[in-house]
Amino acid sequence: MGKKVRLMIVDDSVIIRQAIHKYLKDFNIEVVGTAEDGKAAIEVFKEMKPEIVTLDITMPEIDGLTVLEEMLKIDKSVKVMVVTALSDKATGLKAIKLGAKSFLPKPFTPEKLKESFERIIRQE
Amino acid sequence: MKETDLHFFIDSTVNYFEEVTNEKAATGIPYIKDESPVVLEYTGIIGISGKRKGSVYITATQAMLHEIAHIILGIEEVGRDDIKDLVGEIANTISGNVRQAYGSDFMISVPVVVEGKAKDIKLPENIQSFVIPLTWREHKSFLVVCLE
Repeated sequence: MGKKVRLMIVDDSVIIRQAIHKYLKDFNIEVVGTAEDGKAAIEVFKEMKPEIVTLDITMPEIDGLTVLEEMLKIDKSVKVMVVTALSDKATGLKAIKLGAKSFLPKPFTPEKLKESFERIIRQE
Repeated sequence: MKETDLHFFIDSTVNYFEEVTNEKAATGIPYIKDESPVVLEYTGIIGISGKRKGSVYITATQAMLHEIAHIILGIEEVGRDDIKDLVGEIANTISGNVRQAYGSDFMISVPVVVEGKAKDIKLPENIQSFVIPLTWREHKSFLVVCLE
C-alpha cells in the first residue's frame, strides 16, 4: 500500500460529505478535512494542505467557484473535483476554465463518483 | 409559468430518485396550489433569482427521507439532523439540475429547511404555484414550484 492520498471534502450537506467519504473508502485515501461552507473550506485547506478536494458550488458564505480560485492561488498543484447540483454546461465549463480537474453533477451514483475520482488520481 | 417549466422540474425530480435510489418516483397530475396547505413533516425550500424569480420546495415524510438516507449511507442510524439535511439537499439538487434547461442565469439559494407541519410554506403571493404530487415506494411527497 503506497502513500495515502490526502483528501478534503467540501459540501454544505452532511449527507453528501458522508456519502463521498463512504463511496471512496476503497481508494487509498485519508480524509484530512471537511468543510460545510466556503469560508471554512479556505481555512481548512490552508491548514491541512490536501492533495485532492471535492468541492460543492452552492454553499453559504463563499461560493465554491470563488473557493476554487482561492485554493489554486494558495496551492496550484491541488486537484479539485467540483461536485454540484448546478449541472448546466456553462457552469461545468467555467469550473474547468478556472482550474478544476473534474466536474461531477449531482445526483451521482457511487460508480460515477469512483470513476471521476479514479480519473483525477491518474491526472498529472 | 408554462407547461414546459413543469416538465423540467418533473424530469429533474424523476432523475433524482432514479440516480440516488435506483427506483423511479411516479409523478401525479400537477395542479394549481390554492390556500390549502401542502406541508408534510420536512420541507426543503430553495429561493430562485436571476432570469426567473420565485421559490421551489419539496415536502416529505420522515419515513421517506429515512429510507433515502439509508440507501445513500447504508446505515440504520439516521438522525434528525441527517433527515433535515437530506430534504434540503434534494431541493437543492432538483432546482440546480433544471439549469440544464434554463441556463446559468437561473440562480438558486442555499436550502432553508422547515421541520414539522407548519401551517403552510410562504410563497410569493403574486405568482401562481403548482403542486406536483410524487410517490416513491409507498411514500407520498410533493414538489411545489412557484416561478414568475
